Amino acid sequence: MKHIKTIANPKHNCINPKSGCDECRSSCQSACKTSCTVGNQVCEQKKKEQQ
Amino acid sequence: MDILLSMHCFECLGEYFLYDIESGALHVVDRIVYDYLQGDISCYSKNQIDEVIDELQQLTDNGLLYTNPPQVPRQIKERVIKSLCLHVSHDCNLRCKYCFAGQGAYHGDRLNMSIDIALASIDFLIANSGTRHNLEVDFFGGEPLLNLDVLKKTVEYANAQGAIYNKQFLFTTTTNGLLLNKETSDYLNQTMENVVLSLDGRKSVNDELRVTAGNKGSYDLIVDKYRYFRSIRGNKSYYVRGTFTALNLDFCADVLHIADLGFDQISLEPVVLSKGDVLEIRQEHLQTIFRQYEILAKEYIERRQNGRWFSFFHFVLDLENSPCYKKKLSGCGAGVKYLAVAPNGDIYPCHQFVGEKEYCMGNVQSGVIDESIRDIFASTDLTTKPKCASCWAKYHCSGGCNANAIHFNNDISVPYEISCEIFKKRLECALYIYSKAHE
Repeated sequence: MKHIKTIANPKHNCINPKSGCDECRSSCQSACKTSCTVGNQVCEQKKKEQQ
Repeated sequence: MDILLSMHCFECLGEYFLYDIESGALHVVDRIVYDYLQGDISCYSKNQIDEVIDELQQLTDNGLLYTNPPQVPRQIKERVIKSLCLHVSHDCNLRCKYCFAGQGAYHGDRLNMSIDIALASIDFLIANSGTRHNLEVDFFGGEPLLNLDVLKKTVEYANAQGAIYNKQFLFTTTTNGLLLNKETSDYLNQTMENVVLSLDGRKSVNDELRVTAGNKGSYDLIVDKYRYFRSIRGNKSYYVRGTFTALNLDFCADVLHIADLGFDQISLEPVVLSKGDVLEIRQEHLQTIFRQYEILAKEYIERRQNGRWFSFFHFVLDLENSPCYKKKLSGCGAGVKYLAVAPNGDIYPCHQFVGEKEYCMGNVQSGVIDESIRDIFASTDLTTKPKCASCWAKYHCSGGCNANAIHFNNDISVPYEISCEIFKKRLECALYIYSKAHE
C-alpha cells in the first residue's frame, strides 16, 4: 500500500479456549502502585508457548 | 458501531498513526490519510483521496480496521484471590512529603506486622486461591525492611506451603533503600521475583521531598546501595521507581538521570494527591507533561539504538503478546483477586485503601471477607464505566485505578481524569516507539 503501512496485527481480543487462565500478574504489583496498566503485560500462556 | 469510535488516529513526533481499538492493529499512515480521517481533504486531488479510501477498505476487509468487539457474555469476577500486598511495616524511616500512606503509618499507629499475622496471611491466600498456581506477595509499607525478620520467615513459610499445595509464590519488595546492605541485597536478589527501589531522580528533586525524619535528603544514602543491587541483579526484574510532582514537571531529566546512574529498568509515576495540595498534578500541567513524554520517547529510541538501552515502565508494550480480553476487562483485580493486609491483619481492597475503616473487608485471622465490599469491586469492570466505552486506550488501562476513581470522584465507575489524560499520551508515545522498533 502506498499510504498505509501495518506495524502490528495482534488480533488482541480474539477469544480462545486458553484465555482467562488468570495466571498473569496483578497489574498493580509490578512498579506503579498508583495506576492500572494492563496493556504492557505479557500473557502467561503466550510466554510459555515462546519458551 | 460508530466507526469513528473504533479507531484512534493521532500524530506523535511528526508521524501519523492509525490504531484499531478492538484488534490492537497499528498502522503508520501518511499525512493524506491523517487529514482525510480528520475530515480535511481540501488540498488533495480526487485521485489521492480515492487511493486512501481504497487502502482503508483493504484494511477493513482484512480485519485490521473498524473491527467489532468480541461478543462474549459479561463475566462476573471469580472470587479467587491470587495476590496480597502485605504491609509488614506501618513504620518508615523516611518522611516523604507526598506519601499517600501518611509518612508510612497510614494515618494510624506506627507498628510492624507480627509473624503470626504474616503467616496467617499466607494461609489465607492459599486457602482462597482456588486452582491458581502463581500467587503474588508484595512486601510493602511503610518500609518493609524495618521488619526484615518477619519478611524472611514469611518467604520461607510461603515457599514451604507452596510446595505442599502446588503453588508458586512470586515475591516483590518495595523499599526506600535506607536499610539495604550487602547481605540484605543478596537476600532480596535470591528470593524476590521483583524489587522496587524508590528514587525520584536528580539529587535536588529527590532530596526536596524524600527526606529522613531529620529532614535530610536521602539521595546520598541510597544511590550506591542501589548500584550494588543492580550489579548483582543480572537480567532479573527490578525497578528504580520514582514519583514526579508539580515541582519537577521537567521529569524527563529525572528519568534520564536514573538511566545515567546505570539503572536500566525505570518507572516514574505522576503523584496522586488530593485537590489543593501544592504538589498535585493539575489540568494546567498536562501540556508540559505531554511534551516531556515526547522528549523522553525521542531520547529513549536514540539511547536504545546506541548502546545505552533502558526500559521505561510505561513505554513497555508488547502488542502481539498482550493479555487476554478477560484480563483487559477486569484490570488489576483490586478488592477481588488482589487484596492488601494491614499489620494487624485487617484486609482492604488494595494498598490505597488501607486505614479507611469503611473499606475494611475482614481479617486474615478469621479468614472471613465482607462480601458487600467485595461485590462493589467484583461488579465493576471496563464495561460498567460509561466514560471508558468511547476511549481508545481502554484495553491498556482497563478502566484505570478503582481507588483513584473512588477517592477523586466518589464513584468507582468514574475514572480520575488527570490520570486518563496522562495515560493516553504515554500510550501514544509507546505506540510511536513500538513502530520504530518494528518498522
